[in-house]
Amino acid sequence: MRRALVALIAVLTALMAGCGGSSATNSSGGAAANGSLILATTTSTQDSGLLDDLLPVFTKDTGWTVKTLAVGSGQALELGRRGEADVLLVHSPAAEKAFMAEGKAGQRRLVMHNDFVIVGPADDPARIKGMDSVDAMKKIAAAPAVFISRGDDSGTNAKEKDIWAKAGITPKGAWYQATGQGMGATLRVADQKAGYTLSDRATYLAQRDTLKLQILSEGDPSLLNVYHVIEMTTKAGSRVQPDAAKAFADWIVSPAIQQRIGEFGKAKFGQPLFTPDAGKDEASLGG
Amino acid sequence: MDVLVHGVLDAVRLLATGDEDTWSITALTLRISLTATAIALLLGVPAGAGLALGRFRGRRIMLAAANTGMGLPPVVVGLFVTVLLWRSGPLGELGLLYTPTAMVIAQAGIATPVVAALTAAALQQVDPDFVVQMRALGATRPRALAALLAEARLPLLAAGMAGFGAVVSEVGAAQMVGGNIEGQTRVLTTAAVLATSRGEFSLAIAFGILLLAIAFAVNLAVTIVQQRQTVRR
Repeated sequence: MRRALVALIAVLTALMAGCGGSSATNSSGGAAANGSLILATTTSTQDSGLLDDLLPVFTKDTGWTVKTLAVGSGQALELGRRGEADVLLVHSPAAEKAFMAEGKAGQRRLVMHNDFVIVGPADDPARIKGMDSVDAMKKIAAAPAVFISRGDDSGTNAKEKDIWAKAGITPKGAWYQATGQGMGATLRVADQKAGYTLSDRATYLAQRDTLKLQILSEGDPSLLNVYHVIEMTTKAGSRVQPDAAKAFADWIVSPAIQQRIGEFGKAKFGQPLFTPDAGKDEASLGG
Repeated sequence: MDVLVHGVLDAVRLLATGDEDTWSITALTLRISLTATAIALLLGVPAGAGLALGRFRGRRIMLAAANTGMGLPPVVVGLFVTVLLWRSGPLGELGLLYTPTAMVIAQAGIATPVVAALTAAALQQVDPDFVVQMRALGATRPRALAALLAEARLPLLAAGMAGFGAVVSEVGAAQMVGGNIEGQTRVLTTAAVLATSRGEFSLAIAFGILLLAIAFAVNLAVTIVQQRQTVRR
């Protein structure tokens, strides 16, 4: 019996040693190149698969490894504000402008856009098909039909609130439900509850095969979804790495990567999921 | 139902073809959870022994605290460790947040109370006069304690298994302190959550099956050791 205990302890010790050894090689592997940076971004860039496509190229090009935190835009900005992230890739323009005014961030540059769509069940109980976004939301509230909100202060959630405000409606009641989760999870809830929701087109297209939801309202200019990259500075926190932030921001607006963004999704979905916009005039996007 | 059947079939195919990402996620999961369990045993067994055998003020309150700790919500531990490890936090300069090490710390925090409470319960079951008798027979204190631990080895193994089960299956702390970063801190539970939110159900189910399989394998190994001891006795 003693032998068994001794053996068990030996196994555990070996496991710990193995773990210590391999995690040490992991970190030194990163440091040997260029260290690692923290990118705070939105769930849509991860759920659509864009980051999986881009980040390995970034690491190969620059030597920086990336720790991606896929959260809502609101939380991403908060991580930036606290100095917990080096660079942000977000899509909540009004909140971003207020954030820039705080003076903790460096450069903010246009990266790309796609658009939001209102999706819902095929039988469309609120009869919104083909309407512009504000009229569609008015009809949903008047019906009332189930609407699933992100409710997480993400960029998508901010856009949704914006449309409700334009429609002059304060959404409230059993028909209006907030998930507090990412876009993928929220689409799934809307699908199961046969409700409507606002989604970015990329996440919806990436998951269309597993959903019964259909696009019912799209195309009006106020539904543009614009992404910016924001570099953080040491004003946000002494451990922020501005050089890493600049490396990432410079890289993502570079012509080769912009082209890659424009190609992403073509093979799989028959259409690109994002339109590259680096260097374009903000006003031309109306957002 | 269809999805489930297809999911399981896809999962089997995915596992059979040996997808590299899937295996590295599985290896990382094992490494983190086993290390955390080992640390929990190193801390929890002495703490539990102290609680069971010690004669000091506040022992009952501490025992109650350890018992409460068995139900410690992983998100709470995760939040606590996150705040400690933030760049702006007290341990920020270590740069540990979003690393496997941070996950080991959090999971050890979850498992230690489990191990301590179950160890205390196991040792209290042994005849209270056991240590006294050993000492009377001339055993030194450490030897008497070692004999006591050996006497209670079966419930102690169960304590280790319970600790491992608690950490390998939790998602809250792993997500919060690890960040679910691909190739670095993505483990089976957080990978399953991500796959689900991406609509990749068969992948999610594959991760679920793997999680069950490794939990079973580890417990089977320990159980075999445990039962062999029972028979030999």
